[in-house]
This record gives sequence, structure tokens and C-alpha cells, in this order.
Amino acid sequence: MTAPSQHHATAAPTERALDSTTVISWKAPISFAVITVLLAVLFLTTRHSGDAIFRLSGPRDLIQIPEITLNGPVTTWTCIVLLTGITVVSAAMVRAKRRVPLWLVVIFAVIGLVAFLTWAAAGARTPVIPLPGLLAGALSLSVPLIFGALCGVISERVGVINIAIEGQLLAGAFTSAVVASVIGQQWLGPIVGLAAAAVSGVLVAFVLAAFAIKYFVDQVIVGVVLNVLVIGLTSFLFSQVLAPNAALLNSPPRLQRIPIPLLSEIPLIGPMFFRQTLIVYAMYVIIVLVYIGLFHTRWGLRLRSVGEHPQAADTVGINVARTRFWNVSLAGAIAGFGGAFFTLGAVGAFNKEMTAGAGFIALAAVIFGQWDPIRATLAALLFGFASNLQNTLSVIGSPVPSEFMLMLPYVVTILAVAGFVGKVRGPASAGKPYIKS
Amino acid sequence: MKLELRGITKKFGSLVANDHIDLTVEAGEIHCLLGENGAGKSTLMNVLYGLYRADEGEILLDDKLQHFEGPGDAMRAGIGMVHQHFMLIPVFTVAENVMLGHEQTHRGGLIDLAAARQRVREISDRFGFDVDPDALVDDLPVGVQQRVEIIKALSRDARVLVFDEPTAVLTPQETDELMAIMRQLKESGAAIVFITHKLREVREVADRITVVRLGKVVGEAEPTATNAELASLMVGRAVELTVQKEEPTLGEEALQVSHLSVIDPIGQLVVNDVSFTVRRGEVLAVAGVQGNGQTELTEALVGLQPRVQGEVRLDGEDLTRHTVRKILDAGVGFVPEDRTEDGLVGEFTVAENLMLDRSDGAPFVKAGNVQRGFLAEFAKDKVAEFDVRTPGIETKAGRLSGGNQQKVVLARELSRDLNLLVAAQPTRGVDVGSIEFIHKRIIETRDAGVPVVVVSTELDEVTALADRIMVMYRGKVVGIVPGDTPREVLGLMMAGERPAPSGDAPTPEGAAA
Repeated sequence: MTAPSQHHATAAPTERALDSTTVISWKAPISFAVITVLLAVLFLTTRHSGDAIFRLSGPRDLIQIPEITLNGPVTTWTCIVLLTGITVVSAAMVRAKRRVPLWLVVIFAVIGLVAFLTWAAAGARTPVIPLPGLLAGALSLSVPLIFGALCGVISERVGVINIAIEGQLLAGAFTSAVVASVIGQQWLGPIVGLAAAAVSGVLVAFVLAAFAIKYFVDQVIVGVVLNVLVIGLTSFLFSQVLAPNAALLNSPPRLQRIPIPLLSEIPLIGPMFFRQTLIVYAMYVIIVLVYIGLFHTRWGLRLRSVGEHPQAADTVGINVARTRFWNVSLAGAIAGFGGAFFTLGAVGAFNKEMTAGAGFIALAAVIFGQWDPIRATLAALLFGFASNLQNTLSVIGSPVPSEFMLMLPYVVTILAVAGFVGKVRGPASAGKPYIKS
Repeated sequence: MKLELRGITKKFGSLVANDHIDLTVEAGEIHCLLGENGAGKSTLMNVLYGLYRADEGEILLDDKLQHFEGPGDAMRAGIGMVHQHFMLIPVFTVAENVMLGHEQTHRGGLIDLAAARQRVREISDRFGFDVDPDALVDDLPVGVQQRVEIIKALSRDARVLVFDEPTAVLTPQETDELMAIMRQLKESGAAIVFITHKLREVREVADRITVVRLGKVVGEAEPTATNAELASLMVGRAVELTVQKEEPTLGEEALQVSHLSVIDPIGQLVVNDVSFTVRRGEVLAVAGVQGNGQTELTEALVGLQPRVQGEVRLDGEDLTRHTVRKILDAGVGFVPEDRTEDGLVGEFTVAENLMLDRSDGAPFVKAGNVQRGFLAEFAKDKVAEFDVRTPGIETKAGRLSGGNQQKVVLARELSRDLNLLVAAQPTRGVDVGSIEFIHKRIIETRDAGVPVVVVSTELDEVTALADRIMVMYRGKVVGIVPGDTPREVLGLMMAGERPAPSGDAPTPEGAAA
């Protein structure tokens, strides 16, 4: 018989925490090791002996920073040694039952990136990596992702899973192109187009909200159906109406870049953040507003309470259905607005299925960003960077197969969401309809 | 404030949950609403609170007719409610929870957290609560969470306070403290409605008692009434409050659990180094307040927990890392805590539920086909044997009352040859008649020489069934004591205090001080 004599009688009734052990997770060291080995194999099998040049300033910048030239083999193999070191350190930490800190992951990622870029550039036709262009392009590709992610954060925080981000982006892109084209004019057209894009996002959101909140239809299914619907509708209208009348309906004036004095002259990040269009500046404001709104205002408190525990919100007099309905609509407006970036900010015309899955990547950013507007924005930036890396490398003529590079953004997404996020908890009632008896 | 309910009727489909109920509660009075689970007490209060709309009837406050469109209206009228399942947002702080719905804001719409903190402190001081306004509700013990609920109601200046089964989650000591708080609120002139099915508590604090049965008021009683009188009023017939059982005939040690720990996803030891044994023909009752590791312990015994350390042996065989299937095949019967989630498939018929764990071979399944004829026969037998009140064996299990659902679960588990029975909260939400029956069957199982582990948060049930009692607190075993240990001692143990003569030996000894 075993007596409970080994238990200590020290448990003070006021303290709450349970004893805990650290759950040892080998995920980080294993991921590190796999990536290090993959890179080493890549560098061994395809040797690039040249130099890689990193350009830090654009030709029109006020402050010019000299280029950095790195010797290919030396840099890559130094990096591999460093990566191996970090892998060993992280393994040792896990063995000592310590958590692998985030900064170590970041350092690993940066070194790995430098190694990869150096290797890729060293074998290219023009071994020059234009960093300002790489970063500015990354931001451009991130803009719709960020709008989509903010939309996702708001609607999931209020308890409605929004798969229809893709559809809302596409609706925004389509509507803004048509409206801006019809109105024409340098400034008025795009601005009315932006407003129309937001309205179209809201219309898609209305459908989602009505089915999910009023009729308790499965939110994921409604979202998927809406995506298919919007893709079909815009493609149909594009080929039947827009394409024959392109001059009238599908040639919107593009938004002009507005460089902000002084700020736009900061080396490297100036051109990236402050030589942008109105949509991007609006995005900065919206990110801040959503963050403050969610965590420091009555609106945010009520919104989050509805997404966590709708019944509790109901018992203090908050109308759950109404809160959900209007916030899902608001989220739709944000996504629709962001969709306008495709047509008014980037391409300059609408095209079939031009969002190309951005809405789904935005959804991944929501989860990777743990339902926090700032972190979701950072996640979206990461995904945008991965996409643009692919563009840049193919432009400089890197020998990396383009098919492989096309995979890159999605590989990064999968690695990020599956590998490093681990178990995160979203809003407790996201996806669950609130049915009152 | 005086509360009056007149002729409240609420129907759910064909079920009449409240049938013309009248109730008057004066200011400065604690009015007890006594009734079994499912008698309609909570429905009545949800009508009062605006969560349900009554089909008929009127609500009056200070003789003025009220029309509540939702809880917001009820709250504005001065009604506060401490819900059975706390209505708190776990990821919010205490202050955020208290202000939710009536937030004070600065200019620019930013919420005034300082004012909310101040309000929490004010009310805490007035009632001598020790509540940190900045603590996350999720991190607070249930007893404190309940106080947050009370603060929430008081911060809205509630003059009518409804406590819906408030003691279900409390230790006996916390229950006493709650009673003191209720008296204090009464002195300050509040009208209090106290909903419960526990007779002991009723007699302690009630000024008046109204008994509800099957949706109707069946009578009023004085707090001086005896337990037996109250119980027969509540159930509608004389009930035996204690289980008749003989002294156990103990066999050899069958279940041996040593150094068992269960680790949750964030690394907490929800079951922490637990060791005990159960002999054949013995009932070991696991007592403790809800959420101290009992659920995880029973799940670990049947192999439902993924991260387990230590060892579980049944008749010498190590079951620790076996699949659930193998553990069931070793003769383990399991009555899970939440029958609607884990015990039954509500959309399956009674008959199908009775064979849920037997789908892997004869006699229920032959060549991949369910033997309908055999199943019908079997189901009819079991329904009769376990007195399951059902229109037929083809009725969906989800349609049955709680007590009858539980009998279906019990019938399924007891119809195999058992070497161990693990029953978690076997009578939660079950009517008194079924409780008697279920208790009798558990004791019969014991007398057939099967070791039995019963988990219960109700001390009455623990003392009724147990030959030995193991008390758990924060995942650890506080002690293992004889079945006749006084309630006060058990109450202290449930709060984590070990009995004075520490239970080193599990055999009956001085612990029953």
C-alpha cells in the first residue's frame, strides 16, 4: 500500500498555482537542425563562388550608403557554422528544460536569410541584391495581407470566423477599379473608388453576418461559398463587361505616391514606409486605431467579451447579435478597402482572380499573429517579404529554379504557422453561433 | 426593494418549465427557492433576469409592473444575479469584468480603468473581500470568482440579488463565508433569492422557503422544518436520505495506482504524484471541490489522458500506456463526469447507446453487421433492469431526463464483467429518485466484489457511498481517511489542510478525530 506520505503539507490555501513541469519541446532544435542541414546540402551541391553585393540605397536617395560586398563561399560557410552553433545551443537549452527564446529564433532566421541571399546572389547574372527595392516591394505585397489580417482579427475577436476575406478583397478590388474608372479624374476617382471598395466589402460581410449570426449556418461553409461566389461574379463581369469596355470601366487612374518630407529620406526604411500611396498611409492609421480600439476602448472591450463568452456579455446587457453583426461588417469594410490596393495602388486595372489567395494568407497571418492586430501585421509583413524575395531573386537572374522560389511564400507560411506558433488559443467562442432560447 | 412574481408560465415546446408560479420576496429577506434539478428554479430566475421571455405572468418591483426586454433592462431595474455557471470573461481582469456593459470612459472613448479598479476596491472593502482588481479571472479560484460575480452585481446597485446554486463549487468553509455575505447583504436591505437543492443550507440562512416541483409551487416551509419534511415536499414522496449498506467484505488489492501524475498542455501537474489502492469489494470515494484534478485522475485511469507519468495496475497488470480499448477489455467500467458530452451519443437511440462500447464483435456484431434482434432483446432487458423511464428502446437518448440518461450509461457499463468501476459524478443533475437507485447499484457492484472508485464533489454522496475517502486538492492527495470521517474534517481537507493525525496509513485510524 502506498501512503500519501511523500506529499508536503506546505500548500498554503491562498496560493493558486499548480505545480508544474516544463513540457520539453524539441520542435525548435529539430527545426533549426533541419534548416541548417538543408542549407548546407544546398550550398554543397550547387557551389557559387562569386561575390554578392548588397545595395543599401536607391539611386534617388539623399543619403547614399556604400554597397556591401560579401564573398560567397566565406559568408555562406561562416553562416552555416553560426547556424550549427545556434542549433547546438538550443538543444542544450531544451535539455536543461529551458524554453528556446524568441530572439534566438529571430537571430537564426536573419543569419539563415543572409546565407541564402549571399549564395543566391553569388551565382546570379547580376550579383546585386537591391535591399531598398526588396523591402519596398515586400511592403507593397503585404498591404492587402495586412488589411485582410485586420479584418480577420476583428471578426474572429467578435466570434465570427471569416473565411470570406479573399472574397472581400476581390470585391473591393473590382468595385474600386470600376468606380474609379467611371469617375476618372486624378484624385476624385481613386478616392471615391476607395469608399466604394469599402462598401463592397461590407456587402459581402452582410451576407456572411446574416447567415452566420441570424440563421446559425456554419461560418466556415458560408465563408467558402462567398469566396466562390465573389470569384465567379467578378470573373463573369470582367470577361463580359469590363474586358470589352476596358477604356471606360477598367482603366482607373492610379493613386500617386506621396513622399513624406524628411521621413522618406531615412536610409533603407524611409523609401519603404514613407514613399507610398494614400492607401498605405491609411493602413498605418487603421492598424493603430484597431489596436487601441480593441484593447483600450469600450468598443473593444465589448467586442472581445462577445467573442470570448457571449452569454456573459448578454447577461450584462450587451446585444450579442448586434455587436457581432456590425463588427463583422466593419471588418468587411477594412478588407474591401484593402482590396482596392490591388487595382488603385499596384496593378492599375482589375484582372480575374487577381487576389490570388491573399485572403487565405491573411487568415494564416491572423493565427500566426495570435489574434493581435500588431502581431498579425508583422506576420503579414513576413509573408509579403517571402513573396518579394522570390520576385527579386528571379529579377537578378539567380540560378534558383523559379518553381522552387514560387513555393517560398507558402513554405514560409506553413513553417511559421505549424513550426513556431505552437499551441495558441484564439477567442473562445469564435465560430460558435450564439443561440438564445 | 420588494420583488413579486405573479403567475409566471414558461413553456419550452410541450414542456411546461414554469406553471403559474407566484413568488414574493420582501426587502431584507433571504427567500429560498428549493427544488430538485429540473424543477424549474433556474428557468424562473432566467425569466426574472430577462434572459427568457415568459409566456404568461407579471414581474413587479416595489409594486410597479416591469417589462424586461433583456438582461440589460433587468439590471437597470436593480436585479443582480450570481449565476450557477459564472458569467465572467476568463481572459479579462476583475476590473474589466466588473465594468463590462456599463463602462466609464475618458474623453476620446478610452475606458477609465482606474475608476473601475476603484469601484472594485470600494465594494471589496465594504464586504471584506480580498480581490485584486487587476488579476485575470482565469487565474482566480472559483470561490473568488464568485465574489467577482457578487461585486459585479453590487457595482450596478442591485437591490434584488439572485444566487443560483451558488454553493455547488464551494468548499464547506467557503459556503459558510458565502452565507455570512448573504446575511450581510440582507442587513443592508437587499432582497435575496437563494436557489438550491441542498437542505442543510436552506435551513441555515433562509427566512422563508418556497418549494418548487415539476414547475409548480408545491408549498412553503419554515426554516425550522426537518430535513425529512423538506425532502418529501421537494420530491413528492418520502425519501431515504441514506444508503443502506453493509460492512464491506474486503478482498485483495485490485487497483494499485502509484505516483500517478497528469500533465496538461501548458505543463501544469493537474494530477500530482497520486498513489492509492482499492481492494475488491471496496468503494474509494474521491472528494474535493470541482477542478482539483479529479476529472483528470479518472480519465487517466481509463487511458483518456495523453501525458501521464506513474503507474496504474489492475490485478497486477500494468494498464498505464494501454489504449482505451484495451483498458475497457481488461474489465474497467467508466461512468464519465459529463454524460451528455462523454457518456452518451444524444442522437443515438437508447439501444444503440447501450452497445456503444461493444461494437467490435459478437454477440452484438457479427461479420460487420449489427445484430438488431439481439440488441433489441438486450436493450429491453437492461431498460427493465435499470428502471430506465423511456417511451421505448428506439427513443433518442438525448430526449431522456438526466436521471434516465445516467441509468442508460450505468446499465451499459455494469452489463460487462467488471474488474473495476470508475464513476465520476454519478448523480450530478439527477433527480432524487434516480440518485437512490444509482447509489444502490453502485453498492451492489461493490458487494459483488468489484473495486469501485467514485468521484464526487457532493459531501453527502461521498459519505453515503465511501468505505474510504481520498481528498484531493490542487492535484495532490491531501489524505486518505475512513468513510465515517466527520464532515468538518473533510471540509478542511478539501481546502488543502491535512487532518491533524496525518493519514500515513490508509487503514482506519485516528483521523476520525
